[in-house]
This record gives sequence, C-alpha cells and structure tokens, in this order.
Amino acid sequence: MWELVAILIKIGIVVGISQGAVAYLILVERKIAAWAQDRVGPNRCGPFALLQPLADGAKMLLKEDVIPRYVTKPLYILAPMIAIIAAMIGFAVVPFGPVGPGSPSLFDTTVEFQIAPNVDIGILYVLAIGSLGVYGVILAGWSSNNKYSFLGGLRSSAQIISYEIPLGMSILGMVLISGSLDLNTIINWQDNNVWGIVVQPVGFLIFLISAFAETNRLPFDLPESEQELVGGFHTEYSAMKFGMFFLGEYLHVITVSYLTVVLFLGGWDIPFVLDQTQVGWFIALVKVGVMLAKVSLMIVFIMWVRWTLPRFRYDTLMDLAWKSLIPLALVNLLATAGVVQLWRQSWN
Amino acid sequence: MKLDNPSLKRVTPPTLNFFERTYLPQILGGLAITGKHIVSAALGKGAITVQYPEEQHVPSPNYRGVHRLNKDDQGRVRCVACMLCATACPAHCIDIVGATAPESWPDREKYCESFVIDELRCIYCGMCEEACPVEAIELTGFYDLTGLSREAMIFDKTKLLSVFDQTKDAEPMKFNAPPSGRSIDTTEITKTGAGPV
Repeated sequence: MWELVAILIKIGIVVGISQGAVAYLILVERKIAAWAQDRVGPNRCGPFALLQPLADGAKMLLKEDVIPRYVTKPLYILAPMIAIIAAMIGFAVVPFGPVGPGSPSLFDTTVEFQIAPNVDIGILYVLAIGSLGVYGVILAGWSSNNKYSFLGGLRSSAQIISYEIPLGMSILGMVLISGSLDLNTIINWQDNNVWGIVVQPVGFLIFLISAFAETNRLPFDLPESEQELVGGFHTEYSAMKFGMFFLGEYLHVITVSYLTVVLFLGGWDIPFVLDQTQVGWFIALVKVGVMLAKVSLMIVFIMWVRWTLPRFRYDTLMDLAWKSLIPLALVNLLATAGVVQLWRQSWN
Repeated sequence: MKLDNPSLKRVTPPTLNFFERTYLPQILGGLAITGKHIVSAALGKGAITVQYPEEQHVPSPNYRGVHRLNKDDQGRVRCVACMLCATACPAHCIDIVGATAPESWPDREKYCESFVIDELRCIYCGMCEEACPVEAIELTGFYDLTGLSREAMIFDKTKLLSVFDQTKDAEPMKFNAPPSGRSIDTTEITKTGAGPV
C-alpha cells in the first residue's frame, strides 16, 4: 500500500518537474539560438526572461484550437496524446540517482530515485517506448489529410525505423561489458571500472548520432523541415495540440540525455569522488545533482549541435544509417563480444 | 568551348583521407565556431542587438528617412519652387504651390507658398534630394515615423520645416555652400579666350 503511494508521489514529482523543465528548456533553446546568431534573445519577461515560459504556456493554452474539417478526427486528436505519453512513460525506468542497497530511507521506507526500481530489462523498455513515439508523428501526418504532413509522417517512420537499429546495437556493447540490461547495474559497473565512453567510444558516437535522429532534432529533423514541408507532421495542428508535440519532443530529448549519461557518462559517478559505498541522504542528493548537471550539459550540447549542422538531405540520411552506422555498429558489437569473451576466459 | 580546349581549367576536388571522410573534424570545427559565438554573446560582448525603445539605433549618414525642408542662414525656406523634385518624384507624393517671392528676397523669383509631402506615398528613394538645385529638400535619419491617421502622415511646409529644426544639430545640412564642383571656374576659360560663358 505505502509502496504504491510512494510510487504515485514519485510519478507526480517526475512528471511535474519534467514538464516544468521542458518549459524552461524552450527558453534555454531560444537563448542559445539567439547567442549562436549574435543576438540577445528573450529578455523582456521578468528578470533574465524567467517568466517567458509561463507566457508561452499561457499563449499555447489560450490560442484558438482549430480542427480543420477535412481531418480524420479521432486519429488527429489521438496523435499528440501518443506523442506526449510515449515520451513521458520512458521516464519510468530512468534512474535519477542512486538506486539499490544503501538507498536513504524516509518513514521506514527506502527511497529509490527511480519510479520502477531495478527493472531487469530497463534498456529494452526504453527502446520499445522510444519506438512508440513514432506513432504520434505518423498518425498526425496521416490523419491531417495534407500532403506535406503526410510526407513528414512517412519520412519520420522511415527515419526512426532505420535509426532504431544502430541505436539498439550501440547499446548492446555496453550491455555485453557490464553483463546486464538493468540501467543501475550499468552505472555501478562504470563506477567500479571506467565510464562507458572510454570502453565504447565508437558505440557512444553511434548512440549519439542515432539519438539525434530518434528525437527528430537537427540535423535529422526531416519530419519537420519547416522549409520544405511547412512544418511537416504538425502543419495542421494549433494551440495546445501543437504544444503537446513540442512538449513530447523535449521530453524525448531529456530521456535520451538521461540514457546517454547512464550508459556512457557514468550516471551519478565522478571518478575518485563519488562511489557506491557512500550512502545517506546528503550523498544521494549530491548524486542526483551530479546526474542532473551531466544531463543539462548533454541537453545544451544537443541544442549547440542544432545551430551548427544543417539538415541532411533525405537520401544522405538513409545512406548514413544503412551504409555507415549499421555496419559500423555491427563491427563494434562483434569486436566487443570477442574482447569480452577473451577477457572472461583469461580471467576465470 | 570544346572539352579539349587548352584554356579550360580543370578543378579536381581535394581528396579526403579516411579521417576527414567521417566528417568529424569538420563537425568539431563547426562546433568550435558556433561555440565561440554562443560564449561571446552570452557574456554580452558578441551580441549586436540594439535594445530599441531604450537604445536608439543611429542610422548611417546616407540613410533615407523623413524629409525636411532646409532653411538658409536668415531662417527663410531655401526652396525656390522650381518643381524639379516634384517632377523627379516617381511616387508623385510632392505637391508644391509656388508664389512670387517678396520684394525683400532679392536672390530668387519664387518661393513655395505650400509644400506638401505625402509620407505614406513616398518610397524614400531620395530622388527629390538629388534633383534639388538649391539643397532645400533633404532626407533625414528619422526612421521611426508613426501616425494615427492617414491625414497625420501628410506633411505640410510647417511640419517639414519643424523637422529641420529638430534634426539640424544632429544632421547638419549636407551642402551649406554650393559645392565647388557646381560653380564653374571661369578664369581658365577666359584666359584662353574661349569666349564668354
């Protein structure tokens, strides 16, 4: 009973914080966009434009919500919901801090910084949910009854299906090395040994590139591509329905950043400073903070790349996935498997 | 031109080595450039934004904004109602009513009784300024011209002269004296006996 309440509270906290974080991420994105173009960016709404996200949110909610007559209404309404829900439920298995033995306790209940602690197939779950997100885009493009939206949806499906493969294979390297699909075990392995980026540099690169494609961020934002497709899949959406796609995209960015940090950047680990043997409330919160800092840096990096690289052409995008990333990921996976096997044989 | 023409210069793109073909060095170079811009703008040095209502943009000296009617050193309007600006105007936005100059103005035959410019019709091409033989009409650096009605945007002589009063300190008249190129130096011609000019 109390466990259920604790989980509900955790869900409330995670959903609340992530939604609020998304609002402020949009502000950060606008600021970085402005700086990259030698502008100042939003600075009128409150000190340092900190009230800007509230104004943006109010605008989204108060705008007229137009549903064109020619759309397939049930799917048209369902699509933004899928986009946001698929992005949200991925958070269920993401560890936000230390999990497992030594977690701090409150009222005789151990507090684990994860909604569903110690799920054995954490990574598989995240990948499965990540692929669900494409339904939002495809249904939006299809139900809009608009050729631009439809093209956006088609591109998105092809892109996400292609990039799922290198994404999954780049993760497998880390899974082989740490010997588990559980995200906490992977963090603990990195704490005991070295960060994933050191043992799997190629895997990290492939993961990063595929993650950009999975989140529809530049240079892989072909489903949107404002210039060719007038907005792509969300052309016909207005007001908060459009806002929900936006929210979904940013939630996806957060999830992917958490995954990158968990898999390749050591999670809450700082070499020689933090390790698993340190327990207690203070250390746990420090670890949450460290992880949050790493994730923020990752998100800033994603925004930074947006203003550096132009969009891929559609055929080069497919070439990159099928002719470069997938063979490279395969080779990486084989090499990792071989090394891990040899290592285990020689040690045991 | 034929393909075997010897004057044809063939350009071969540079061959990339394996490392360059991953495009990673170029991407890192690009990140460095945008990173530099982001950091310098974030520190408040790189941004070129002018915070408009508080900070006023100063246009370049040849900016073509609102017109003004110049006054001479006696405070009289310089215009001699020659109609050259109204003729040159491609938008037909200048309306001049000329009248015989008063007896006390011996330097001219006519002056403008009324001088009206429709600022909404004007395309700010500056041809009136070029046409004017006495430097009476000039375009100023006023760029934030607003009005609440179309009538308010039709500027008459008083208003155009008041624009001169407002801007004469910031923007002195481009030619106070007639520029030297305009008055022909006749001494050389008379010396060689080319005849009267």
